[in-house]
Amino acid sequence: MTLVWLLLIPGIGGAVAWMAGGRHPNLPRRIALAVLAIDFIIALSLIGPAMSSAIPAGHAAWIASFERPWIPQLGISFELYLDGLSLVLILLTIALGFISVVISWTEITDRVGLFHANLLWSVTGVIGVFLALDLFLFFFFWELMLVPMYFLIALWGHEHRFYAAIKFFIFTQGSGLLMLVAILVLVFVHQQTTGHFTFDYLALLGTKMNPTMAFWLMLGFFIAFAVKLPAVPFHTWLPDAHTAAPTAGSVLLAGILLKTGAYGLIRFVVPLFPDAAHAFAPYAMTLGVIGILYAALLAYGQNDMKRLVAYSSVSHMGFVLLGVFAWNTLALQGVVIQMLAHGVSTGALFILVGALQERIHTRDMRQMGGLWGSIPHLSAFGMVFAIASLGLPGLGNFIGEFLILLGSFQVGVPLTVIAAIGLVAGAAYALLLVQRAFHGNAAPHDETAAKPCDLTAPHLLVMAGLFLALLGLGLYPQPVFDQVAAGLAVVQHDGTPSTGPTTQFAEATP
Amino acid sequence: MREFLWLVPLLPLIGSVTLMLGAGRLTMRLAGTIGAVSVGLAAILAFTIAAGFLTNPPAGSVYQQTLWHWLNVGGVSATFGLRLDPLSLVMMLVITGVGFLIHLFATEYMEGEDGYGRFFAHLNLFVAAMLLLVLADNFLALYTGWEGVGLGSYLLIGFWWRDPANGLAARKAFIVTRIGDTALFLGLLLITSHLGTLNIADAMQHATQSWPIGSPIATLAAFLLLGGAVGKSAQLPLQTWLPDAMVGPTPVSALIHAATMVTAGVYLIARTHALFLLAPAALLTVGIIGGATLLLAGFSALAQNDIKRILAYSTMSQIGYMFLALGVGAWDAALFHLMTHAFFKALLFLSAGAITMRLHHEQDIFKMGGLARRLPVAFWSFLIGSAALAALPLVTAGFYSKEAILSGAWAGGTSGRVLWLAGVVGAFMTGLYIFRAVFIVFFGEEHGHVSGRYGWRITTPLAVLSVLAVLGGLIEVPPVFGHVTLLSNLLAPVLPATKEVTDITPLLLASLAALLGIALAALFYWRPTQRPAETPLWRFWHAAGGFDWLYNRVLVRPVLWAARVNSDDFIDSFYDVIAWATKAIHQQVRRTQNGRVRWYTAGLAIGSVSLIAIAVLL
Repeated sequence: MTLVWLLLIPGIGGAVAWMAGGRHPNLPRRIALAVLAIDFIIALSLIGPAMSSAIPAGHAAWIASFERPWIPQLGISFELYLDGLSLVLILLTIALGFISVVISWTEITDRVGLFHANLLWSVTGVIGVFLALDLFLFFFFWELMLVPMYFLIALWGHEHRFYAAIKFFIFTQGSGLLMLVAILVLVFVHQQTTGHFTFDYLALLGTKMNPTMAFWLMLGFFIAFAVKLPAVPFHTWLPDAHTAAPTAGSVLLAGILLKTGAYGLIRFVVPLFPDAAHAFAPYAMTLGVIGILYAALLAYGQNDMKRLVAYSSVSHMGFVLLGVFAWNTLALQGVVIQMLAHGVSTGALFILVGALQERIHTRDMRQMGGLWGSIPHLSAFGMVFAIASLGLPGLGNFIGEFLILLGSFQVGVPLTVIAAIGLVAGAAYALLLVQRAFHGNAAPHDETAAKPCDLTAPHLLVMAGLFLALLGLGLYPQPVFDQVAAGLAVVQHDGTPSTGPTTQFAEATP
Repeated sequence: MREFLWLVPLLPLIGSVTLMLGAGRLTMRLAGTIGAVSVGLAAILAFTIAAGFLTNPPAGSVYQQTLWHWLNVGGVSATFGLRLDPLSLVMMLVITGVGFLIHLFATEYMEGEDGYGRFFAHLNLFVAAMLLLVLADNFLALYTGWEGVGLGSYLLIGFWWRDPANGLAARKAFIVTRIGDTALFLGLLLITSHLGTLNIADAMQHATQSWPIGSPIATLAAFLLLGGAVGKSAQLPLQTWLPDAMVGPTPVSALIHAATMVTAGVYLIARTHALFLLAPAALLTVGIIGGATLLLAGFSALAQNDIKRILAYSTMSQIGYMFLALGVGAWDAALFHLMTHAFFKALLFLSAGAITMRLHHEQDIFKMGGLARRLPVAFWSFLIGSAALAALPLVTAGFYSKEAILSGAWAGGTSGRVLWLAGVVGAFMTGLYIFRAVFIVFFGEEHGHVSGRYGWRITTPLAVLSVLAVLGGLIEVPPVFGHVTLLSNLLAPVLPATKEVTDITPLLLASLAALLGIALAALFYWRPTQRPAETPLWRFWHAAGGFDWLYNRVLVRPVLWAARVNSDDFIDSFYDVIAWATKAIHQQVRRTQNGRVRWYTAGLAIGSVSLIAIAVLL
């Protein structure tokens, strides 16, 4: 039942916030904060080892579960399962949701109630995605998180917001439909072989099918998740969506929504279609490596600071794709840390860009420069998170990249070597951002305009908190490893090819 | 006291964090005090620990301290651990000792600068990272320090951030060294994957046991580590960032780009010497890189007019000597020269700083002149430093350490003799270029206006370093002059012994070369000289062989071009085409909905006829 509360609280909270919006603009903000705080505490209470009781054998990684029939005629049930992997991602989701409310306090003044409703529902949808194990329910949440985000961009966004919102919607919706078709075919195939019509993930695991069929179904899932991740060449919606989205929208997009793509790859694509996924792995890893370098090059060429951060996000997600398809413990643990660290560091960068835009009314770096002189706190944090995003050891992003590359090194040395060039490329664009925005000469228009004010206390607290989180992930990531280890072990076990691992994908024996 | 080892890197870190949190609120005096005292305390602690280590060495001369378990995942584990052995001990003493003197100097040198607190915050951060680098017991912690010093270097080169040129130099330094760092990173992946451990000592032991000498994998691993070393130590082919790094404040150049960070590559190779011994090809390459760099940098130094750039090339050249020493297996000599170089090069940079701070930061040596009488303190310091750099026989520290390197090379077979020759030519060049600077700066006509007096925080570091630049070499004296082996005895447990050379020929020839260089400099530059004509040859050496030019054309410009032309992401135009096609079809199909009943009936009729026709015919 805890899992249901985890969903209901932000879901209902959203409705309450909407209604409260008419009374006073601060009311929905406070409600959203309270709701997310409560939800966070509930999620925190779930931290701990897996409970062995009432858990199906062989799936000992579940920490909590909830199951009720929903549409029994169609084999659809309301089935929520939580393991360590889901848990850390849910904690990240709620924390970033909370921060999104804090940093929107002064930015969002229009239709405040509806804004927070959409924000909370978006969080609800994401939590649902991380919990649902019934494929129909999963798809339901997958669509659910999309709609509020569409409104967040379309209603509270910046220039070109309708174009960006529709592009975002069509990309995710179109690829989502591919997944829906794949889900339905999978269910029918499963019915043909077993005579049992069900959308239950645990039942569908290990469904026998011919390799061609498996390949196409795997591809259906893969494309849906690759669009969300996003992987090159499906990434072009992301920079537009980010530039147009309000700051909170960008934080949620980069921090959380992208992670559902990676989560889907880990939870569904490989375990449901192990053989097809392993045959496809070299291509997927190649896409990941291309993404790392191509997006880094794009990031370097941007004048819009938010687009730069958006492309850096795509580059970092290339590491995630590489790590997922390397499919060993090292790489997968690296993927988890990378997701958390990326959520924090990129979220922080988007917050800073938002704060900057609020102050100097532009994101164009050609009109910035020398900001260190006028807003040193913002600039200092900008530098800190830029440096985190280039993977400085001691901060979380480095641990993620190190483990992913160490894992992929066991599988494909050439790809790993090329991916490592991304470390240099990352330094190039991150430091260019610092240079163009914070260092150098002040832009000419600065002299006439009023001096922008520096970060205020709430923003400073948020930044400090995010930095400490990165430091924690970088210096003592072990609790995260331990929390997700059991869950990863199970998906890894499910995702092992039935024909036995090919030599190429064997775990390295150190 | 050993158990407080963790405090040595932590003290500067605390200083740094305090200064960062207090940015803008601390007075200049307090900020400077925090900055210098935190490193000073670390130095006192380090020397106390060293005294205990020397009088009462731990078992196996290794003291290990595990702070916490960093990660343990998928069969890979790393601790956040420190390892104190003679090698890290020497490094620790150099870093904290010389580091403190430079901090002290900087408190006066940087007075009145905007961002005084930030300067010391970053300088302290650098010292903490450098200490972690040398004290780390595993590759991951070493790499953390390794990247940390790169960050410190970046922040401090770009300290005067208002000038975009400084930002460019800072980014160049970071990115060029990061290319090397990435090679090192891949080396770590290789070592971890094949040797199953991140612990440096364990990995070296496993390598010696499981990899035969000359095996491809050992060679590859050694070359990858070498990639990291040449980046940080500004050796060929990743040397181009160091001269540009001179735009940073002079104490930074003294600490980071002379005494400590740039010697990290030497430390790394010494630390992993077991691996390099398994890879003779890589070890030979170390020596060749050292020989080539020391010559290239030596010639380039002669074609510079900026006092700091002369010293930068000189640093590059001296680290070339250290690489040469490593390459011929003269491990002790490399460390010895690292130490004496830290003394005399820090001294040279600080005295150069002492000069320029009295000349409104004028760095062109041809705008100086006649300073010997006007700035006696700076003159004597610079002269002592120059004598040590030029390895003036018998009376300077540089002589003993350079002699150790060259005699090591002499003993190293044919390749050793070739490298020895490079070293001797280099010794000649060193005497020539540094005394060219001495004569032009301190003698001849007086230019410019000199103002102000030095306080004790300037003079004390100069005095201490001068003493060290003279006497620091006496801890290791060759057999002919009395045979002192304090340093090699200390390092014996961690570094392989060097062949003893009793032949006095190489020593005499090298001394002669150095003296000849000095004499030639006196001959050419004793009297006032004109600024050199910009002949093609001069321009070639002024640009240090044109590597920047080459890299710009081959690497930088193509990448920038690609980033510029593709800034709109050509992949998106593919989706634009789909969107456009959809719209176009929509426009076409929309025409059929024109509201004319004739068209609809006609369409209906044609459709029905077609359907019936299909049904009948098929």
